[in-house]
Amino acid sequence: MLRLENVEVYYGVIRALKGITLEVKKGEIVSLIGANGAGKTTTLRTISGLLFPKRGNIYYNGKNITNIPPYERVGMGIAHSPEGREIFTGLTVYENLILGAYLRNNRSEIDSDMKWIFSLFPRLYERLNKPAGTLSGGEQQMLAIGRALMAKPKLLMLDEPSLGLAPILVEELFEVIESINKKGTTILLVEQNANMALSISKRAYVLETGTIKIEGDAKELQENEEVKRAYLGA
Amino acid sequence: MFSLPYVTQQFINAIILGSIYALVAIGLSMVYGILRLINFAHGDILMIGAYTGLFLLTIYKAPFAVVLIVPMVVGGLIGVIVERVAYRPLRKAPEVALLITSLAVSMFIENLAIMVLSPRPRRFLIPSFLSRSHFYGAINFRNIDVLIVLLTIILVIVLTMFVKKTKVGIAMRATAESINTSYLMGINVNNIIMLTFAIGSLLAGVAGMMFASKYGRIEPFMGFLPGLKAFVASVIGGIGSLPGAVVGGYILGFAEIFFVGFLPPQLSGYRDGFVFLLLIIVLLIKPSGIFGQAEKREV
Repeated sequence: MLRLENVEVYYGVIRALKGITLEVKKGEIVSLIGANGAGKTTTLRTISGLLFPKRGNIYYNGKNITNIPPYERVGMGIAHSPEGREIFTGLTVYENLILGAYLRNNRSEIDSDMKWIFSLFPRLYERLNKPAGTLSGGEQQMLAIGRALMAKPKLLMLDEPSLGLAPILVEELFEVIESINKKGTTILLVEQNANMALSISKRAYVLETGTIKIEGDAKELQENEEVKRAYLGA
Repeated sequence: MFSLPYVTQQFINAIILGSIYALVAIGLSMVYGILRLINFAHGDILMIGAYTGLFLLTIYKAPFAVVLIVPMVVGGLIGVIVERVAYRPLRKAPEVALLITSLAVSMFIENLAIMVLSPRPRRFLIPSFLSRSHFYGAINFRNIDVLIVLLTIILVIVLTMFVKKTKVGIAMRATAESINTSYLMGINVNNIIMLTFAIGSLLAGVAGMMFASKYGRIEPFMGFLPGLKAFVASVIGGIGSLPGAVVGGYILGFAEIFFVGFLPPQLSGYRDGFVFLLLIIVLLIKPSGIFGQAEKREV
């Protein structure tokens, strides 16, 4: 579904991604794990088109999307819930969700998707007409994910969805992510909480300073001594 | 002290002037909201609107409805062209480059107008039914004044509804908050920026018509001072905020008229100086303005 080939991304003169090759297959949950600054967020931003690679190619459903602008990628089914939530704080919860569906026109489908999101996150419905900036951190995270889902994505990228959430909420959140995946959405997940991420993923990539260090089946990585030591705190 | 009719008259004058400032300030403020650009060329769109109106009136003897609408369209079009040609190539450049470019665009338009239209001021005569005056004792106003105020109110309401209720309006507010996140929603940010320039310049175009109708005289530099004052108005209201621009415009209109109307006549000459003194005071006391929020910058 998605394939990155030798993707190199620069911030000015700094090479943030040093030739990344990875693949996400239809229906999978794939995790990117790694320390801060390893290039996880940069990878997602490159896939969604906020950053453009200097070298390498990105293929989506067989099509080379390397130079396609970000808004067209959304139309192709790539949604990105960015790091730090990045909800529109001055807009209401409802307006945030409607913008998630910016490129969609079928009113009844949008309404039914919004109902589905309220069933996943009932808190959002209670706060529907409040400015999003007044939400708690957890609610903002729900909104960011809900907003990305409103695009009806085929590929959903989540950047640190558990960041700053209470442990009980994290459990709930990961259940929701699994249920979204079961409904047919492919998921690319970036997480600090490597244990949790690996437990719901099919496959995973371990990033280190802009390169892929280890890749493989998520279950195997959970048993991998090196991964355990560096990222699972065991 | 001052008689009631006199005070009422000053009130009316303030509302008329404030309406024009409000219309110009809206465009300036909206553009700032998205690009963080103080568009110095904004006032020159006002001049273009006024000249367009003049030619329609004198050469084509067009009906006044046309004379109102065409300068809007022309203003909007010029705004879009300026954005496309001068500002869009600088999308990734530092903000200061954009600011300096807008100064250059302003000088370019003004000097082009001098070359093409001559620097000579021209009389701007409106149809007689619009210059007809109404007298209520010592109070008087003209039909054009009523039109200016009504049109401003209608345009502000329509624009507010658009920005509040429509999907594109919501996208405009989103883009003002974060360009990158707007991209992730599938918003074509360039189109939104273009639309913002179109709307703002359209309002400046019609404000130019109003300005010319009110003062009866136009010249290539006529947009400079209203442009600067609209900037003051939007800072007072909180730059980037739509209701802020409107409120700021009216506050400025009132301040200016009252300064002239209620202080000793010797001070009248300092009218413009007073406006900028007001700017300095606002910047000292509440730099974010009435409706403004403290700046949250994206890096």
